[in-house]
Amino acid sequence: MAQMTMIQAITDAMRVELKNDENVLVFGEDVGQNGGVFRATEGLQDEFGEDRVFDTPLAESGIGGLAIGLALQGYRPVPEIQFFGFVYEVIDSISGQMARMRYRSGGHHTAPITVRAPFGGGVHTPEMHADSLEGLMAQQPGLKVVIPSTPYEAKGLLISAIRDNDPVIFLEHMKLYRSFRGEVPEGEYTVEIGKADVKKEGNDVTLIAYGAMVHACLKAAEELEKDGISAEVIDLRTVSPIDYDTVLESVKKTSRAVVVQEAQRQAGVAANVVAEIQERAILHLEAPVLRVAAADTVYPFSDAEEVWLPNHQDIIEKVNTVINF
Amino acid sequence: MKYVLDNVESQFEMFQILNEDGKIVNKNSMPDLSDEELKELMRRMVYTRILDQRSIALNRQGRLGFYAPTAGQEASQLGSQFALEKEDFILPGYRDVPQLIWQGLPLYQAFLFSKGHFHGNQFPDDLHALSPQIIIGAQYVQAAGVALGIKKRGKKNVAITYTGDGGTSQGDFYEGINFAGAYKAPAIFIVQNNRFAISVPVEKQTNAKTLAQKSVAAGIEGIQVDGMDVLAVYAATQAARERAINGDGPTLIETLTYRFGPHTMSGDDPTRYRTEDMDNEWEKRDPLVRFRKFLESKKLWTEEDENKVIEEAKEDIKQAIKQAEQQPKQKVTDLIGNMFEELPSNLQEQMEIYKEKESK
Repeated sequence: MAQMTMIQAITDAMRVELKNDENVLVFGEDVGQNGGVFRATEGLQDEFGEDRVFDTPLAESGIGGLAIGLALQGYRPVPEIQFFGFVYEVIDSISGQMARMRYRSGGHHTAPITVRAPFGGGVHTPEMHADSLEGLMAQQPGLKVVIPSTPYEAKGLLISAIRDNDPVIFLEHMKLYRSFRGEVPEGEYTVEIGKADVKKEGNDVTLIAYGAMVHACLKAAEELEKDGISAEVIDLRTVSPIDYDTVLESVKKTSRAVVVQEAQRQAGVAANVVAEIQERAILHLEAPVLRVAAADTVYPFSDAEEVWLPNHQDIIEKVNTVINF
Repeated sequence: MKYVLDNVESQFEMFQILNEDGKIVNKNSMPDLSDEELKELMRRMVYTRILDQRSIALNRQGRLGFYAPTAGQEASQLGSQFALEKEDFILPGYRDVPQLIWQGLPLYQAFLFSKGHFHGNQFPDDLHALSPQIIIGAQYVQAAGVALGIKKRGKKNVAITYTGDGGTSQGDFYEGINFAGAYKAPAIFIVQNNRFAISVPVEKQTNAKTLAQKSVAAGIEGIQVDGMDVLAVYAATQAARERAINGDGPTLIETLTYRFGPHTMSGDDPTRYRTEDMDNEWEKRDPLVRFRKFLESKKLWTEEDENKVIEEAKEDIKQAIKQAEQQPKQKVTDLIGNMFEELPSNLQEQMEIYKEKESK
């Protein structure tokens, strides 16, 4: 076991898979000699060569097309989109093309592609760097969307994503890259895609979150504990498909739930979670399921992040509302 | 300040071997094709013309669905395909079904593609191709990737892709040729300039005098070819293929061609934007007429030969449409089953629901 930041765990996962499978290719803008703008691919080109880890021209759509074409030649591409706000340039390659490859060819062709991209607020990035756009991806049949919140999970989920024979969007929250270290086993292990994790057990209310909001929920749960409220915190880890078994089991126990996301209220995946709970567990509910989400504005100018981004206080408020409903 | 446009355009003069009268005008470039190969090229062009006529008729009868007419583009489509090897990879646009057929797609599957049935896209294992791309330009960025893959595998093959004149305005068109150039990947990019993107003439796409010169932006070779001249298209594609497999990178080939029919059979009316004079002018350049003249002058083609091909095509088409119509109907469970290698939880659940429905 080693103590690693999430970014180190991500690099380690790519190293493990580059070693394991000669078809794995890592490419994108500045991922080669430079080691990536966040150092996520640091040292990989030196270790595996330019044939396996390489830079591309500055064009996201071309990167998406490159990944699809390489997959058609039997490779297992792991392209990087430098910031997920730039996904608009490559939406066709992702949603219009790779997500549909297996279906449109009746299983004849596949797209075992893992698109990695950083996103997320709290680090004062310029425009279009921090936007939470997982909701767009979650609406596309044929994609899986994974968002880890700890170094351990980042490595295990990324190895699973790379080994998956269908396209996976792997979103890395920038604020979690280096904010803490965690135990990460050496070598290979996997964390199953499509499985949520109970980060903290509780009996009074279920908090369902993903990404940086998992940590906000844990902080809120700690404070709530002092007021005698026991919150169960579920980390979805995969936002498409969502592990409703774990969510429903918890909601049936606690009878109250709040879904927490960093994305705007009209975006993200919180509405999906609420809909599913009300369809499947309405008779277990003591209160409506509420959402913590950002305001329905464009992502804030960096100086306004603090007042705009949802935080543990917002979560505590919503929990009090459902408890006192 | 130096102005260079005239200089650039002069680099892209149209390459032609066979003129409208079926006479060789460029002996030095004459490709090395046997008499049998020349006859086979003619056979394919005639067959494909009949296929177009029958497809239009079958579409009107409601026995086919989406169909983009190909008459007029036989030299451009089949001359280029004829230069390929079996292991080369084709990324066609929506009008490029004939190339797939001659590369090995069974006709009934081409008809199933038209009708909208997934089995039409379940290509035989020895056909290296994607199904026709509807998103104009997407095939170009993907071709760059396929070509890079071929290069990495060390194979002596190419990726070939097709778009139209309108498609050259897309971002993916430029990104595709630029990526292939940056990686020196073995790709052949064909622009079939049939002068119209639905109703919009090529002059409204760009101020560039040729489309071939767009290769300059990627720093790759470009050539403009008489797309009604099957020998010129074949020769240009073969030369591009040689360059590609020798590691010299991609080529952009513009074929000057014309579609005699509408854009698609989905309600387009070319009389709204094309004059009869223009149609007549281009019909004089019909690739079949001029190649027929050439072969007849060499005593390689007779009316009898032609009628034989026509009958053969009609019979094949009749059998293929019958086979397409016998294909089992698609079920929602088929569609669910084709989504992932392992179904995620939501689809597992929906699979059960539809299984139940379909069992009633």
